This record gives sequence, structure tokens and C-alpha cells, in this order.
Amino acid sequence: MALEIIESCVNCWACEPLCPNQAIYEAKPHFLINPDKCNECAGDFADSQCATICPIEGAILNADGEALNPPGSLTGIPPEKFAELQAAQQAARHGA
Amino acid sequence: MELPVINNTASEATKSGCSASSCGSTNDQMGHLPEHIREKVFNHPCYSEEAHHYFARMHVAVAPACNIQCHYCNRKYDCANESRPGVVSELHHPEQAVKKVLAVAATIPQMTVLGIAGPGDPLANPERTFATFRSLAEQAPDIKLCVSTNGLSLPDHIDELAKHNIDHVTITINCVDPDVGAKIYPWIFWKNKRIKGREGAAILIEQQQKGLEMLVARGILVKVNSVMIPGVNDAHLAEVSRTVKAKGAFLHNVMPLISEAEHGTFYGMTGQRGPTHDELQKLQDECSGDMNMMRHCRQCRADAVGLLGEDRGSEFTMDKIEAMDINYPEAMKMRAEVHAAIAEELESKRVAKEAKVQLVSIEGIKAKPETRPVLMAIATKGGGVINEHFGHASEFLIYEASSAGVRFIGHRKTVAYCEGGDTCGDGESALDKSLKVLAGCEVVLCSKIGFEPWGPLEAAGIQPNGEHAMEAIEDAILAVYEEMRVAGRLEAKLDEQQKAA
Repeated sequence: MALEIIESCVNCWACEPLCPNQAIYEAKPHFLINPDKCNECAGDFADSQCATICPIEGAILNADGEALNPPGSLTGIPPEKFAELQAAQQAARHGA
Repeated sequence: MELPVINNTASEATKSGCSASSCGSTNDQMGHLPEHIREKVFNHPCYSEEAHHYFARMHVAVAPACNIQCHYCNRKYDCANESRPGVVSELHHPEQAVKKVLAVAATIPQMTVLGIAGPGDPLANPERTFATFRSLAEQAPDIKLCVSTNGLSLPDHIDELAKHNIDHVTITINCVDPDVGAKIYPWIFWKNKRIKGREGAAILIEQQQKGLEMLVARGILVKVNSVMIPGVNDAHLAEVSRTVKAKGAFLHNVMPLISEAEHGTFYGMTGQRGPTHDELQKLQDECSGDMNMMRHCRQCRADAVGLLGEDRGSEFTMDKIEAMDINYPEAMKMRAEVHAAIAEELESKRVAKEAKVQLVSIEGIKAKPETRPVLMAIATKGGGVINEHFGHASEFLIYEASSAGVRFIGHRKTVAYCEGGDTCGDGESALDKSLKVLAGCEVVLCSKIGFEPWGPLEAAGIQPNGEHAMEAIEDAILAVYEEMRVAGRLEAKLDEQQKAA
């Protein structure tokens, strides 16, 4: 039972000092969680601390690979709007 | 602690007479502050409108973590090409940041202020923030230290702030009403929980107000930043201004929302617009009855370097700094000389200005008929003089001339349309942008202007003027305003206004 940080992490350091088990460490290209140390904050906090402060939707997954902060849950931006923006930016890059 | 109201109110409010404080130039907002505050801010570019022409600031990006989410912020902050708060190119560890500050201070002696402003919240990164301050206080005692915060954990850090001799703190306060706050802050991180909506906003507001009171009680100067969000908090900000003034903040900075869709913020993605130049000015004027307003803010990046409005960050990337050999004690001597020379120049300007105010009141400006206010745009590189080519200007300073004198209104960003080389292919659209940002201005004063933009400017009702190159901004504006008066150009529109009214 451990959480995982994936590539959408922006390396903001917010989670690192909160981890009660010092399971989170700075790495390239992004922070990582040592699965041997992480117990999802069981016994320490009601909510997993890293996922509770993380500002990036989808950056932290649970043991089943599900996003603890799914798209739209933190920013309030509807996921389809975000997809539109990404598509537009990609098109602009290819056009340039 | 009661603070005086500073007179930079609208011309409508001052046109009835020529009091000692509002006659002549009224843009020296710091001139009327108590002496102990004036001494603290006279060389702080973010706190004194006058200082920002001469002194430079820098931010170091040591504070990436944040404890709240704002709807105008996108936490994917790494971008080299955007100029707005919360954005940086490279993050620094405190040791790197200190090295960078010493390198910049030795290279740009006008740099008097080091701020930590993000890209997250400095007080959500207390170890990194205070390690940087501690080390700088030891190694570079001639640099002023300041910090900008959302205020959530401010009450917990007051002692530490006071210890490092940080005498300037900026708190971003967008509201004092949790219902308004719920539309700005989707969540806060508080006591190990993520708290959403109104409840989170209420805690944030309480902490901000508490922090403000505690700072004032310690004698630490507090500036309040507010982001103006039309339809969300625009009607509420006058109340914010009154509240923070009553609690002892000495300066209020109302900034326009930046919400381009491509920045990927909630407001950008949901079509929330920012205010127009007019709306912003109106609100700033409305608040100025209650509070000393800051109008020269450039909303700079969390790693900006240089005079306000310029960014020399690319000269000080980590690899370049590593190659520099800095002897700071030596640099400090040179810096002291530069600062003394600027202080002397400011003092002689102040004396000259006072003399002029007296002269004008003797001659009796009241005898002149009342004339309508005129907006003028200035192209400047700093130093308080007109010294920028129209085509090279990346921003214009906007001043209002009226029978009450000259006052600074704000700045408007543009794109320098004449950058030379292959970028000039974009010339036309950049000129269009300049024409748009100059809307409402009747004159643009610059050191030089080419043939090409002359026609389009005139056609848009904006008179280009390159006759006052290297002159002091306010003197030039007064001279042009007087020319307009003599030419009878200051009455016509007043008549129209009266007819309309």
C-alpha cells in the first residue's frame, strides 16, 4: 500500500516536508515516493498529506493507479476545457 | 496606528483649489508620509513611485510550495516567456539564491531590494525563505529584504520576520468577505486538511487580517496587493481598502487580473476577463480617498531582476553566476557611492520642485481658467526623464495633466515594434498593439519617433512629440499641457462634457 508521484509533478516541494514517514524525496525529473516507506499516512492523518496539498490534478496515484485528485477537482476547470487548450497549443506548435 | 491619507486623488477632487499638497505635481505620493516611513521607502522601487525610476529590485525563486490555490494562478509555473507573478525560469536553493543576489547587487548597484515572492508562497516554504534571508542579512547588510505572502501562515512567522530585520511585507488580500473569497480561492491547506470553498476562504481572510495587525503592532511596513477581478471583487475592493487602512497598512496596490486563456488558469479557461484601463483607474481613484494607492506596479515575475518594467534575469542564470568572481565587501563600497549620488539627485529634485510649487502659487495658477484633464503617455527607460524611442518602448507610463497639476496614473505594456533584425516583420501588428494601449491618450512623449508610426498615431488622435527628449517627465508634460491651453485645445472637450452632463 503506497502512493505514487507521476510525471505531471511540477517539483513544487509542497508535499516533501509533510510526509510523516519521510518517504518523499527529490529526484529528476520529478519527486518520487519510496514505496517501502509510504503507508498512505495510515495512523498519522485522516488524509494522505501529499495528495492533500498537491496542487496538480492527477499527479499522485493510489495503489490501484487511480488519481487521488482527479481532473477538475482542484482547479475547478472542466476537464474538457483543458483538453481543448492542450489541443490548441499543440496545433499552434505544429503550425509554427 | 493612524496613518495619514495621501493625496493622489483624482483631479475632480482637487480641482477646486490649489492646496499646498496638490498643486504642481501630485505624483510624489511619498512626500507626505511621516519621516520615519519616508526614510524606509525612499529607495524602495515597489513602495515609492519616485524611487522606481532610479532603484532596482530583484526576486529570488526559492519558494515553490504553496498552501492555497487562487483562480488566477496556474501552478505549472515554469515559463521563460511570460511576465506575471508566480512564474519563474529556474528554482534556486538558498545557497544559489544568495550567490545570485550578491552577483546582481555587485553588477547592478542600483539594486536596493531583494524580495522573495514565490513562485509559491514564501511562508509556505519557511526553511528555504528564512535561510536565504539569514544569509543575506549577514553578507549583504546594505540590501533591504522583503517578502510577499498570501497571509495564510503569516501569524506563525511574525517573530522570525522581525528577527531578520525584514521591514517590508506585502500581503495579497483580495477580499474581506468569505462569500467573495469562495469565488477566488477554490481551496486552502490548513491543519493537514484541504478545505474548500467558503470555509477555506473564511480561514484565509481571518489569518490575513490577524497577520496584518501583528505586523503593524511590530512596526513592520505593510503593503496590501489586491487583484481586481471584474464581477467578482471589483465592487468590494473599496471596502478592502478602507479595512486595511484602518488596520495600519500604508499602501494599497490594486492590480488588474491577468487571465489569458493560454496561461491555463481557472479564470483564463472560463472566460473571466480582466479590467479595462479605465475600470482600473476608476477603482484606484475611488480607493484613493481612503488609502495611499500604488500605481506603478509591473506585476513582475517571481524571479525578476532590474528596474521595474525591465527584466535582466537572463544575464544572471546559474551557469553565468558560477563564472563570476564577486568580492562583495568591495562591491558594497561602490554601491554606497552610487546610492549616495542617487539620493543627492532626488534631494535636489525635491528642492527644485518645492521651489517651483511656491513660485506657481505666487503667480497664482488659480487665475488661469479651469481646463480639462488630458492623458499623456511617456516612453522612458528610467531616471524620471523622457529617454526612450517610441519604437523601442515595451511600456508607456501614463500621466494625467489637469489644472490641478500632473499625476501618475499607471503604466501600460506593449510590444516594442522596432526590435531590429528579423523580428521587424511583425512591425505592423505591434504598432497596432501600441495604438490600442494608448487609447484615451492625446499625446505620446518620447525621445525619438520614426516616420512610419507618426501618421497612424495622429489618425488615432494621439499627437506624437519628440521635442522633449531627455527632459524631466513632469516638466515636459506641464510644458505640453500649457501649449495645448494656449492653443485653445483644453476647452473644447470640456464644453462637450458639460453638454453631455
